[in-house]
Amino acid sequence: MAQAGPALAELQQTAQQLRREIVKTVAHARGGHLGGPLSAADILTALYFRVLNIRPEEPGWPDRDRFILSKGHSSIALYGVLALRGYFPVEELLSFDSMGSRLQGHPDMHALPGLDMSSGSLGLGFSAGVGIALGAKLAQKAFTTFVMVGDGECNEGIVWEGAHVAQRYGLDNLVVIVDKNDLQQFGWRAGPPGQRRPPYSGDELRLRWEAFGWAVSEVDGHDIAAVIPALEAARTLEGRPAVVIAHTVKGKGVSFMEGDYRWHTRAPTSQELGAALAELSGPAGQNGAGQNGAS
Amino acid sequence: MALPTGKALRTVFGETVAELANDDPRILVLDGDVGSSTGAEIFEAAHPQRFLQMGIAEQNMLGVAAGLATVGFVPIVSSFACFVVARALDSVRVLIAQPALNVKIMGGYTGLLTGMTGKTHQIFNDIAIMRTLANMTVLAPADEVEARQAIAAMISLDGPVYIQMTREPSPVLFDAGYRFEVGASVRVREGADVTLVSTGVQTARVYEAAEILGGRGIEATVLHVPTIKPIDEEGIVQAARASGFVVVVEDQTILGGLGGAVSEVLSEHYPVFVKRLGVRDVYGESGPNDLLLDKYRLSAATVAQDVESLLALRA
Repeated sequence: MAQAGPALAELQQTAQQLRREIVKTVAHARGGHLGGPLSAADILTALYFRVLNIRPEEPGWPDRDRFILSKGHSSIALYGVLALRGYFPVEELLSFDSMGSRLQGHPDMHALPGLDMSSGSLGLGFSAGVGIALGAKLAQKAFTTFVMVGDGECNEGIVWEGAHVAQRYGLDNLVVIVDKNDLQQFGWRAGPPGQRRPPYSGDELRLRWEAFGWAVSEVDGHDIAAVIPALEAARTLEGRPAVVIAHTVKGKGVSFMEGDYRWHTRAPTSQELGAALAELSGPAGQNGAGQNGAS
Repeated sequence: MALPTGKALRTVFGETVAELANDDPRILVLDGDVGSSTGAEIFEAAHPQRFLQMGIAEQNMLGVAAGLATVGFVPIVSSFACFVVARALDSVRVLIAQPALNVKIMGGYTGLLTGMTGKTHQIFNDIAIMRTLANMTVLAPADEVEARQAIAAMISLDGPVYIQMTREPSPVLFDAGYRFEVGASVRVREGADVTLVSTGVQTARVYEAAEILGGRGIEATVLHVPTIKPIDEEGIVQAARASGFVVVVEDQTILGGLGGAVSEVLSEHYPVFVKRLGVRDVYGESGPNDLLLDKYRLSAATVAQDVESLLALRA
């Protein structure tokens, strides 16, 4: 359920801290993705600090809820939230993308404890999530499998192959979160530089998931107070799989990154890093970081 | 000198997995809507709750298998080789081979003899592709005796395995005393004039070719390589020593399959002349089995003829 004031404020601070770690790490690594990790930061915070039934001190606990970041290129956001949640020291984030690091460019389930599946080739993590949820049903396990996909990722045919199978098996222990930040790497041509048409406009994405028999809800993916109850409702729903379409802003929290596809993958200069960290020093929603109008 | 005809490997697959599942609750079979062709229907009849229809969607089927493996099941994915290898390769590579998950991939209808389906369903490079995936074990049993043991060994092994299964009834090469071992090759005939190396059901045709050659005074060693990966380097080198002249014969393309694997081993450890026989750099076609085997030079008679010509050229 949604948390009371102080707890919510704490979560918002954690999400801002996560954003700072994301930006610092990508700047340090001189490469990596920023737009997608920043759009996912609030949802990941809600998951790892409220929703998921996990034991950071026992990452392989068999009855833990599973989480798969199918949009694996946003790995730094997942690494960041795992570090903040205590899976490994925050300082290790600086090893991201370096030789021998446990923090590979895309998640490697055997490299780092806490990763429930390798991912990176888009759509595949979701497919594996369908398998885990099906396995949980067959093994009569009570845990829930959460999978985050991108809206651009929903271009992949395997997403709809998996959506079909999950519905056929009534996998109500599977919750998919679409980080609908309305941009993909290069995107569909439109408008001036920095602008691109979204992967799916208006109701297109909702209608697609509904057509596949899924229970669909929508939420402002940056409103943690709304994200938590949306995820809890999705996990308790019975009879069919659930998808939460989270409306987000790519590059959320850094004004000059927001809504610009060119920040999909780009390392900030030292000047840009300073400006970004200044914007991210306060609580979310301040310092000019625009509120997302969708609900 | 023809060998007695036994069961089709696809039938052996269904029977063996159904039997093993009686004592192994981890076993599941995933079907890409070809269970009536692959032998998976035999498993479904025995264990309906553990037969998972995944529909006509192979990329997702392999991904689901990976997920199932992480919660302790031994998923056996069953479809035609062309689909589980070629169509679903990215799922196999990223979700199964890279994390070395305990998924077993049954590639049915390999090689030329696919029941008149022609080039779309004939795949000649499943061995070439699968053996280049790190962590993947690649098996190609010869007959029903070996297939039963290979399937059991595949399930005992912890890690990803690709196994070839074929459509047509196969000659029986091995007797009941035969013992299959992952990674071991086996000599099924001895001779000093030439070393014939083969795999899968083609080995039986090569054995029959060797018998034909024997009748013409040419004695061949026949080495059967049921595990293409990890390959039996020592066994291949020893077999090459037996004659100093190696001919690899396979129901696959000559590019990168068993011929490639044998050439790699011998070029590094025992450089010797190697000739590769198999499908050339072409796609297949529809047609009756005997005519296909003759055209693509994989019948016992054509293999004998080609080996004899090679020996004559060499002399």
